[in-house]
Amino acid sequence: MSSGSAATPNRQPATGAHPASAAVTASLKRRYAAERRFRLYGLLAVVFAGLSLAVLVFTIMRTGLPAFSTTMVRLPVSIAPQIIDPAGTRASQTLSGADYQKVIRDALGDLFPDVTTRGQRRELFSMLSPGGAYRLRDRVMADPALIGTRIEMLIPLADDIDQYAKGHIEASSRGIDTRISEDQAQWFARLKARGMIESVFNTTLFTAADSRSPELAGIWGALVGSFWTMAVTLVLSFPLAVGAAIYLEEFAPKNRWTQVIEVNINNLAAVPSIVFGLLGLAVFLNFFGLPRSAPLVGGMVLALITLPTIIIASRAALKAVPPSIREAALGVGASQLQCVFHHVVPLALPGMLTGTIIGMAQALGETAPLLMIGMVAFIVDIPSGPLDPATVMPVQIYLWSDSPERAFVERASAAIVILLGFLVLMNVLAVVLRKRFERKW
Amino acid sequence: MTMIQTQLRDPKARESRATSEDAVTFVTRDVTVHYGTKKALDNVSLDINRNDVTALIGPSGCGKSTYLRCLNRMNDLIPGCRVSGRILLDGEDVYAKAMDVVHLRARVGMVFQKPNPFPKSIYENVAYGPRIHGIARDRTHLDEIVFTSLEKAGLLVEVKDRLQEPGTGLSGGQQQRLCIARAIAVQPEVILMDEPCSALDPIATAKIEELMDELRVNYSIVIVTHSMQQAARVSQRTGFFHLGVIVETGETEQIFTNPIDRRTQDYITGRFG
Repeated sequence: MSSGSAATPNRQPATGAHPASAAVTASLKRRYAAERRFRLYGLLAVVFAGLSLAVLVFTIMRTGLPAFSTTMVRLPVSIAPQIIDPAGTRASQTLSGADYQKVIRDALGDLFPDVTTRGQRRELFSMLSPGGAYRLRDRVMADPALIGTRIEMLIPLADDIDQYAKGHIEASSRGIDTRISEDQAQWFARLKARGMIESVFNTTLFTAADSRSPELAGIWGALVGSFWTMAVTLVLSFPLAVGAAIYLEEFAPKNRWTQVIEVNINNLAAVPSIVFGLLGLAVFLNFFGLPRSAPLVGGMVLALITLPTIIIASRAALKAVPPSIREAALGVGASQLQCVFHHVVPLALPGMLTGTIIGMAQALGETAPLLMIGMVAFIVDIPSGPLDPATVMPVQIYLWSDSPERAFVERASAAIVILLGFLVLMNVLAVVLRKRFERKW
Repeated sequence: MTMIQTQLRDPKARESRATSEDAVTFVTRDVTVHYGTKKALDNVSLDINRNDVTALIGPSGCGKSTYLRCLNRMNDLIPGCRVSGRILLDGEDVYAKAMDVVHLRARVGMVFQKPNPFPKSIYENVAYGPRIHGIARDRTHLDEIVFTSLEKAGLLVEVKDRLQEPGTGLSGGQQQRLCIARAIAVQPEVILMDEPCSALDPIATAKIEELMDELRVNYSIVIVTHSMQQAARVSQRTGFFHLGVIVETGETEQIFTNPIDRRTQDYITGRFG
């Protein structure tokens, strides 16, 4: 292609006498040069965009991937009956309220008999995450026979030790800006030398909700919150938007009013989403008194945001159905409704679904309006329904990226990776749907 | 030839044929159509005879398609289209409030310029009309309607082994015959054809023309065509439209051999259009 266009300007005109031919030859070079320049600009833009994307993905991956593993210490724990269940009743209330923290601390303390002073012991024990006690409690509650025995178990380390193990922070004894002391670093080295430190897959990230301790925080709560929110959004926006699109496109009279409505729908698609959040706050929360921080309200607000997107896409899909199909249906005596629902809508459905998925992907990444209706709260429980307080993925990312702990930054990136994964998945689904059901006529 | 001429010169003879009750399906008087402010048809009066093929000819933009689409109110779909005058189908006013447009279109079928089968199976294409109107009593009756319609459209032999394949997979000529089968499956009185052969090759065209001759035994057919040879071949009566008015109507043979109006003569001899 390019060789052909490059060769053409050099070709001499066959008839030199023809006056227009000389003018054409003179301008040819300039015309082809302009085309080449434009192609070059386009190519540069594409390359730049590709590089930016690569840098973005690489940065997020590099920060986020370590969050998928966590550092633990394998400790031999003696579950002493006098600490866990002094009375020997094995009552579940006693078991759940027992001081498992002490058992674990003793286990670690036994390994370091040289650490004796109060201050040093506190420093030593701060290397452990409180999550270890919960793990031990769950095991003992599930099997009380363990009391009095000695078991080996993996105890999560505190987030700073985890970060130190991953090489993200340095040990120092300079005091105020240090996250881990040189003593702790030395103890960690000793544990490591004895082969007790293990790096394992971070299941907590996928099973827990938010937590004050980074090593106990996970995205499952936000994922479930996002799921409920999306479910509400889909249930509200899809039927409404498709219905509105079908009515406006196929049934509504084409007059000034429908034109005004059409213009306004297009404008709504461009309204900043935080405005919808304020609307949700004023109407859904303050006027109707719906629960704060609930996926129900979040879904309602996001439905408002996605409505114009789906309506516009659905109308475009309906417009793309050739008029000959309508004529064919009406020509054999189908009513307007039969024509639309038997012939036009089935042909437009792939386009409508594509629009819906794009709208849902947009809603999945929406943060600002949800801040307004309180979905930014710190919620440690996994929501069990659309009325429970919840947060969503992008808000969780926002919360974590705002936290000072290095480990939260890592988790924020991991959450971004997962969110991006979902978005890519939804967009791929949209493309596949479009390709699969695309019909030719 | 002489007979036609005599008939022509004797206005009473023409009149008697045109107004005899049973011989006419459509009576149209002073039909005027506006698209917005533009006048597309101006006081057109024309009769469509039963069991005849009536051809409407004329240059592009002369209003013949507009007229055709008035007969089954397909113009209702066009925004800003206003129709005045009287169009009577078997004495009933087509544009009256009492006339249901769905019922009208069941009685007046239509075949379009571009073959437009539904993107469904061949069977479904033909079965759709009877199904929505509830014409078929049961499954076997529906099968029977589909088979007879396809047979009448001369398509059954070609498609009987692949009724479940999509109608859009057929050739252009077959698609158009499928559209004809779809139209006659509803058992209409009149079939309107809007340049049905303009997208087809000569062989497919010949098949459709042959078909029209067979169909006119049971139906009245109105066909809009750009091909004067086609009008001469298939029709019994011809109407010549020019600039929104009907210039001349009459027996096809008379129009083509001995036109009264100067404009008709100019058009059929190829001097304009």
